[in-house]
Amino acid sequence: MNTVLSRANSLFAFSLSVMAALTFGCFITTAFKERTVPVHIHVSKVLLKNVDDFTGPRERSDLGIINFDISADLEPIFDWNVKELFLYLSAEYTTKSNALNQVVLWDKIIQRGEKTNIILKDVKSKYFFFDDGNGLRANKNVTLTLSWNVVPNAGILPLITGSGHMSLPFPETYETPRSY
Amino acid sequence: PFQNHLLVFPKNRCTCHGLRLYYQVLNFGMIVSSALMIWKGLMVVTGSESPIVVVLSGSMEPAFHRGDLLFLTNRVEDPIRVGEIVVFRIEGREIPIVHRVLKIHEKENGDIKFLTKGDNNSVDDRGLYKQGQHWLEKKDVVGRARGFVPYIGIVTILMNDYPKFKYAVLFLLGLFVLVHRE
Repeated sequence: MNTVLSRANSLFAFSLSVMAALTFGCFITTAFKERTVPVHIHVSKVLLKNVDDFTGPRERSDLGIINFDISADLEPIFDWNVKELFLYLSAEYTTKSNALNQVVLWDKIIQRGEKTNIILKDVKSKYFFFDDGNGLRANKNVTLTLSWNVVPNAGILPLITGSGHMSLPFPETYETPRSY
Repeated sequence: PFQNHLLVFPKNRCTCHGLRLYYQVLNFGMIVSSALMIWKGLMVVTGSESPIVVVLSGSMEPAFHRGDLLFLTNRVEDPIRVGEIVVFRIEGREIPIVHRVLKIHEKENGDIKFLTKGDNNSVDDRGLYKQGQHWLEKKDVVGRARGFVPYIGIVTILMNDYPKFKYAVLFLLGLFVLVHRE
């Protein structure tokens, strides 16, 4: 311990060890926490169209237009090891051509320190709800769920689904196309 | 540390230098092969060809920044679902991309096609895919991100962006191994 270099070396090694221990501590103290909260989803408008899928494969596909309300209190999830919550509202349904379809309609990032009580009314979907084909028409069961990806300061990245979902049937006819 | 258990330095003074060099080389070889075994072991356990990746771009901010380390698994039993963070490679390109799954369509036999988008991008990744490619498939996936540690990978990025730094580090390491007596 009698040269600047050996002192610097010891200090560096010690700080690295402490930081590693802290990081591991962050991870292990929150690795097994329950991160679900109840959510309420309500649909205020459903419209069905059949147009060319301009977002990708240019085939005539079903396009769903949904407006919804979301309310959830995410405050209990945030702790010392949560950096951000990536919320996403997804629709899940089955069609004749595909056994499972999942489409994210809307997402939001909530960082630590921002408002955690989400009450949103009449929200338009952020992403186009195109089906891979024409499977939305007369679909008996399209289920909407709100889920979130917990991004920690260090540790696991779990995907949690809120308890509370909304299932709805889709209309049987297409709305007459309107120019938008 | 564990070097004391590896090889005992004999008290034979005559062939001092030759033996010392020999043991140093052996020690070095033990360290390198241990590291390689751990890496390959991780590859088997996680099922991914690249179980640890460094985030290279800012397209997933504010969740991940350049230099963050991601731990991946790629087990066949884990189905790909929306919201998951996948690391994938586009056919013909080397650099893996870390983005989130936006849409999936899965057939009864398990064939799945999906679309991705970076959190910090305003549009989905179709512009990044190959010409004419609209979907990703299981074969494009390197792994799913399951764990995360911030900042650690910044060394890799520094070494990539400033090759002189990489050579300097390698040179110093080589010097250190040769000069260090233990």
